[in-house]
Amino acid sequence: MKVLVAVKRVVDFNVKVRVKADQSGVELASVKMALNPFCEIAVEEAVRLKEQGIATEVVVVTVGSNAAQEQLRTALALGADRAILVEAADDLSSLTIAKALKAVVDKEQPRLVILGKQAIDSDNNQTGQMLAALSGYAQGTFASKVEVVGDKLNVTREIDGGLQSLELSLPAIVTTDLRLNEPRYASLPNIMKAKKKPLETLTPSALGVATTSTIKTLKVEAPAVRSAGIKVKTVAELIEKLKNEAKVI
Amino acid sequence: MTILVVAEYENGAVAPATLNTVAAAAKIGGDVHVLVAGQNVGGVAESAAKIAGVAKVLVADNAAYAHALPENVAPLIVELAKGYSHVLAPATTNGKNILPRVAALLDVDQISEIISVESADTFKRPIYAGNAIATVQSSAVIKVITVRTTGFDAVAAEGGSAAIEAVGAAHNAGISAFVGEELAKSDRPELTAAKIVVSGGRGMGNGDNFKHLYSLADKLGAAVGASRAAVDAGFVPNDMQVGQTGKIVAPQLYIAVGISGAIQHLAGMKDSKVIVAINKDEEAPIFQVADYGLVADLFEAVPELEKLV
Repeated sequence: MKVLVAVKRVVDFNVKVRVKADQSGVELASVKMALNPFCEIAVEEAVRLKEQGIATEVVVVTVGSNAAQEQLRTALALGADRAILVEAADDLSSLTIAKALKAVVDKEQPRLVILGKQAIDSDNNQTGQMLAALSGYAQGTFASKVEVVGDKLNVTREIDGGLQSLELSLPAIVTTDLRLNEPRYASLPNIMKAKKKPLETLTPSALGVATTSTIKTLKVEAPAVRSAGIKVKTVAELIEKLKNEAKVI
Repeated sequence: MTILVVAEYENGAVAPATLNTVAAAAKIGGDVHVLVAGQNVGGVAESAAKIAGVAKVLVADNAAYAHALPENVAPLIVELAKGYSHVLAPATTNGKNILPRVAALLDVDQISEIISVESADTFKRPIYAGNAIATVQSSAVIKVITVRTTGFDAVAAEGGSAAIEAVGAAHNAGISAFVGEELAKSDRPELTAAKIVVSGGRGMGNGDNFKHLYSLADKLGAAVGASRAAVDAGFVPNDMQVGQTGKIVAPQLYIAVGISGAIQHLAGMKDSKVIVAINKDEEAPIFQVADYGLVADLFEAVPELEKLV
């Protein structure tokens, strides 16, 4: 079966972002960008399904600026077969991205779509669920285990109190949680081979998707800074401070 | 304006997260209705009707809504949402699972994890793992929002007397089924609601050593959390994880033991009132956010702390 994986180009997770002085957003110029960590897990899971002989083709897709080709090439180096770039602005809302992905799903007809559970820039945790709604497919969010059995998908999900198991009809949408797998590194020969793999470019208008949104960001500020703390020398001193100064125990 | 709050519940009564979400709804203003969807949820509906400030409780009691499968619950909420200006749910795993599906079916954008209400259409939410706070405005006819529970003080669970109304609608998409669940058992307070949280990281060394934290927590009446490093190393189950990808907590006192303080962990606890760090590495980033830091071997400091409190 065909597996579609949606990925996103985001600020590298190790970068400590800075808010712009004019409060219009965060400083992204000359900051290291990378594949969103949850998307890496999604690519890895699709590639593993291919290695098990379950997936026949792994197609990776992103919606974003031309620079996101770099992240598509990374996904191709990790084992995806071909890539689709829906070239658009970088700050589209999750709903708009879900609509663009729905158009790609209609075109490609995958049996399974895997996304990360959230992008570490917007922290929205919406796109997978929205794509499932628009496609009318079942959703297995925050997945820590995925198993294809015939025309069903067994998904173990991370929920607040522990784990939950579901059985979903295929085609279905899965979003990955951190513990689903440990993504591999791309080897140099695979990075070279990835340069020759096909990469198709589409636009939202060619897919019939409007990019207007009902959400507007008015400003972006730095969070309140915590006042500097003190170092205590002994456990007794710590307890004295917690009891008498902070009054929390 | 009328606001629909999707209730979260456990053990036959509304969960504390629902009370924080009703508090957010109250800040928006207007009548607040609470939806209880599930199977055999009469008792939950009765507890929801007692929440202070709730005008009406809608109960959708149907086998299809058991276990909160989004394929079945989302169409129910969409059907009801038509009469509301806002639909709110707590940003729990259930809320995050269901609400974006509702938003897409209503063809509106969703605002995730708000931490404050500026006006009926403007909200603040953290982005980039809490390293920036965005103020966002929605022009959607129905505003679909998840609420970060630690951003709002819970309303009183008692004192209200809302009318309870049954909703007959039955939606069963038939494309998903509940198979089973494995819940971590704990006698300690729930992590996201605890007043004191004691968390361990990679520095704990192994799962057995967490017993030091459990006995300290029991003495303090605290919940026990963990960093992702401790979860990934298999020391403790993943539902104990505090951070961007785990639970967000904001207790009165957070004690970080053997935790370096990576950005992703800080995203889950830096709104705690008082933070204490115990770490033998005095360069650890956790000391930059800690109100009180103790540079010490945790295997000496924690038992001593337990003895002295």
